[in-house]
Amino acid sequence: MYTVESLVAQIQGLSSSAGDLSLLLTHLKQADEFLHNESTRLFPFLEQLDPTLHSLGYLYILEASTSGPVTNEQARRLVLLISRFLTSCVADQIRLAPEKFIAVCKSFKDQVLMLEAPIRGVVPLLEAVKKLRSSEHLTTLHPDFLQICLLAKCYKTGFSILEDDIFEVDQPRDFYLYCYYGGMICIGQKRFQKALELLHNVVTAPMSSINAIAVEAFKKYVLVSLIYNGQIYAGGFEVLFGFHSLTRLFLPFEQLYIELANTYSIGKISELETYIQTNREKFDSDNNLGLVKQVVSSMYKRNIQRLTQTYLTLSLQDIANTVQLSSPKEAEMHVLQMIQDGEIYATINQRDGMVRFLEDPEQYKTCEMIEHIDSSIQRIMTLSKKLTAMDELISCDPLYLAKVGRERQRFDFDDFDSVPQKFNI
Amino acid sequence: MEPDDEIYANGEPDSSNNRNRPIISGEQLDIEAYAGLYTGRTKITRLLFIADQCGQNNNTAMQMEALRMAYEEIKKGENTQLFRDVVHKIDGRLGDKYGMDSAWCEAVDRRAVQKKEKLENELNAYRTNLIKESIRMGYNDFGDYHYTHGSLADAFKSYVRTRDYCTTSKHVIHMCMSAILVSIETGQFTHVTSYISKAEQTVDALDPNTVSKLHCAAGLAHLDSKKYKLAARKFLEVAPELGNSYNEVIAPQDVATYGGLCALASFDRMELKNKVIDSINFRNFLELVPEVRELIHDFYSSHYASCLEYLGNLKANLMLDIHLHDHVQTLYDQIRNKALIQYTHPFVSVDLHVMANAFKTTVAGLEKELEALITDNQIQARIDSHNKILYARHADQRNATFQRVLQTGNEFDRDVRAMLLRANLIKVEYKASRKL
Repeated sequence: MYTVESLVAQIQGLSSSAGDLSLLLTHLKQADEFLHNESTRLFPFLEQLDPTLHSLGYLYILEASTSGPVTNEQARRLVLLISRFLTSCVADQIRLAPEKFIAVCKSFKDQVLMLEAPIRGVVPLLEAVKKLRSSEHLTTLHPDFLQICLLAKCYKTGFSILEDDIFEVDQPRDFYLYCYYGGMICIGQKRFQKALELLHNVVTAPMSSINAIAVEAFKKYVLVSLIYNGQIYAGGFEVLFGFHSLTRLFLPFEQLYIELANTYSIGKISELETYIQTNREKFDSDNNLGLVKQVVSSMYKRNIQRLTQTYLTLSLQDIANTVQLSSPKEAEMHVLQMIQDGEIYATINQRDGMVRFLEDPEQYKTCEMIEHIDSSIQRIMTLSKKLTAMDELISCDPLYLAKVGRERQRFDFDDFDSVPQKFNI
Repeated sequence: MEPDDEIYANGEPDSSNNRNRPIISGEQLDIEAYAGLYTGRTKITRLLFIADQCGQNNNTAMQMEALRMAYEEIKKGENTQLFRDVVHKIDGRLGDKYGMDSAWCEAVDRRAVQKKEKLENELNAYRTNLIKESIRMGYNDFGDYHYTHGSLADAFKSYVRTRDYCTTSKHVIHMCMSAILVSIETGQFTHVTSYISKAEQTVDALDPNTVSKLHCAAGLAHLDSKKYKLAARKFLEVAPELGNSYNEVIAPQDVATYGGLCALASFDRMELKNKVIDSINFRNFLELVPEVRELIHDFYSSHYASCLEYLGNLKANLMLDIHLHDHVQTLYDQIRNKALIQYTHPFVSVDLHVMANAFKTTVAGLEKELEALITDNQIQARIDSHNKILYARHADQRNATFQRVLQTGNEFDRDVRAMLLRANLIKVEYKASRKL
């Protein structure tokens, strides 16, 4: 039979070396149930422990004390405690009990949300994610962290974590949420390419049935592709997977957005606007109206960009006419903005009201460019190696071999990838 | 020419048009001559088509003329259904002489019923005797009977039924030709194509004339499915010996027009020179329609203004053609675009005023056309709208390559990462399902 006091003493004694820690872990596992029963009176003991030195023990007690329902008042105290713990705990120790750590983080997230102060959760959770993750592995904390970032509007902090490559996934659901929230953060940062990539991952993920995350992601995916590419992006993977099968999969749900893409492809701003006006409420209820508005302004840009392909010089009046802007003044503002953003290369001659379009000044001769290309090549080479390694790993995987051996008639290695819909195991 | 038309022509300030009048058949189609080119059912359908088209354009005189000739032509045949239609269309506007002739209709119908009975009896007799050749003949007669009385679907069925009783390859050819004829009349060009290929398989019985006929039919089928290049090639292969032997479908003049226009719209300069202008075969056809010959030569020697003028003058008549009318606009657009592309091709810079002159259009209009072509990447150039000059734009291969390399690299990067992820997801899903 345990007492809390004896446990605390054990924790204090057994937190120094690796061998001691594993011993402590077995003790704590056995005591887990007891701790949960005692959850209400555990708080005072936490103060006897140092979150840095006794991370593991601290974690167990913390988890037990947060497992029950918490009131607002308690939450206030807990948030403080947990954030201190999350920032100061030692990665090696908490990794011994990841599921406890995740549970603590989850309840921390809930409490922060309960206090309606998501911004207080951003930094501690970032620390937590950094401590828990190993390279290229998606933890359950990733989506939670991104969600908190979104709610706190700390897009930049959230974006920092999106730049790491993720290859390994435990829970498909975590991955969908990670990509969905990540996509939204990238949209907030106007990093449309990255957003597209993340959303694309959700939309084309192999799934046996459509889930709500994928449907929402698909809506955003269509809008972002329109903003970034001017069409529903069709390249690379679509060849493999058949984008049409993809759209057909989503068609019953998302007629609205596919129609929008079709209207966009006609290239007439007035038609696009009437379509959006008539469906305004639907876009609004999807919380996508802001993005839809960006779609409209991207159309102006795209039309102006198209003009640079055909004209050397063009008067502002003509630009306004072709792009359906109301006045030459407005056209000038658009052109100016685009020159500033580096989207077109042009000079404006205000005296004649003429715009002179120039060619892309990039000559691909600079050292930076060579370095950039070189780094890309390096990166791709590492990726290729990883791909080969993965291939070898899979072809040695007993699970896979058993499956292939059994179902050779149905699945050929070649169509393993190409028919994801059939992949209902 | 009608007085109305005369005034209109004088009022038209386009003097160049008047100057060229004598050598161009810009005036109204001479229906009598046109109808004379054809025989059989197609003559009637073509006339009715002209009447319909003229009816839409309120050209009553021509409509009546076409209807009158159709009436006379039908009277020679035995198709009472068509006769009633035409009488209904004429609606008494041509006087009593072209009214409803019920006596004739009844007589024809009565004879038809008798004939049908007779044919049925004969066929039954043949069938009980199991004489293959006679059964074939019987079905064939049935086909002919339905064809003359206007029930084309039945005719097609009867002709196709002869297939099982064909003993020699000649019979097969005969069956195919009949089927093709009926299918062209009904506009079912998928049937046409399949029977052409069937006929072409029986090599031993094909005489040159039949080959030409098959080429014509294939050309029409391709034209119908908007494959102009293939259509042009087929028409160009037709041998001049065809002459008037396929009048129930197509006149040699048509071969020249269809082939010429399709070739112009779809061939490049080399092919145009080799296959059209230098072709001895096709030259014979072109002689029949000097306007088309002239306009092809003009196009080749870059006299676009006169070429386009010929085309403009021909347009009204081509719109009255039963096979071509749907495609005239597309073909014309393609020819015009080709002319524009060819015009700009050799130059580094082109003055838009001069070019607009050559194409008889305004600078603004030309700019729009060029813009569309540049956007389509058909012309590599950019317009200096300030000075109205078109500058050729030479793609910088080096820069383009760099751009493409970087882009491909990025795409590869992204795709491989997505692929690895996907593989992992599948793995996770699979493992989870195993544990369950």
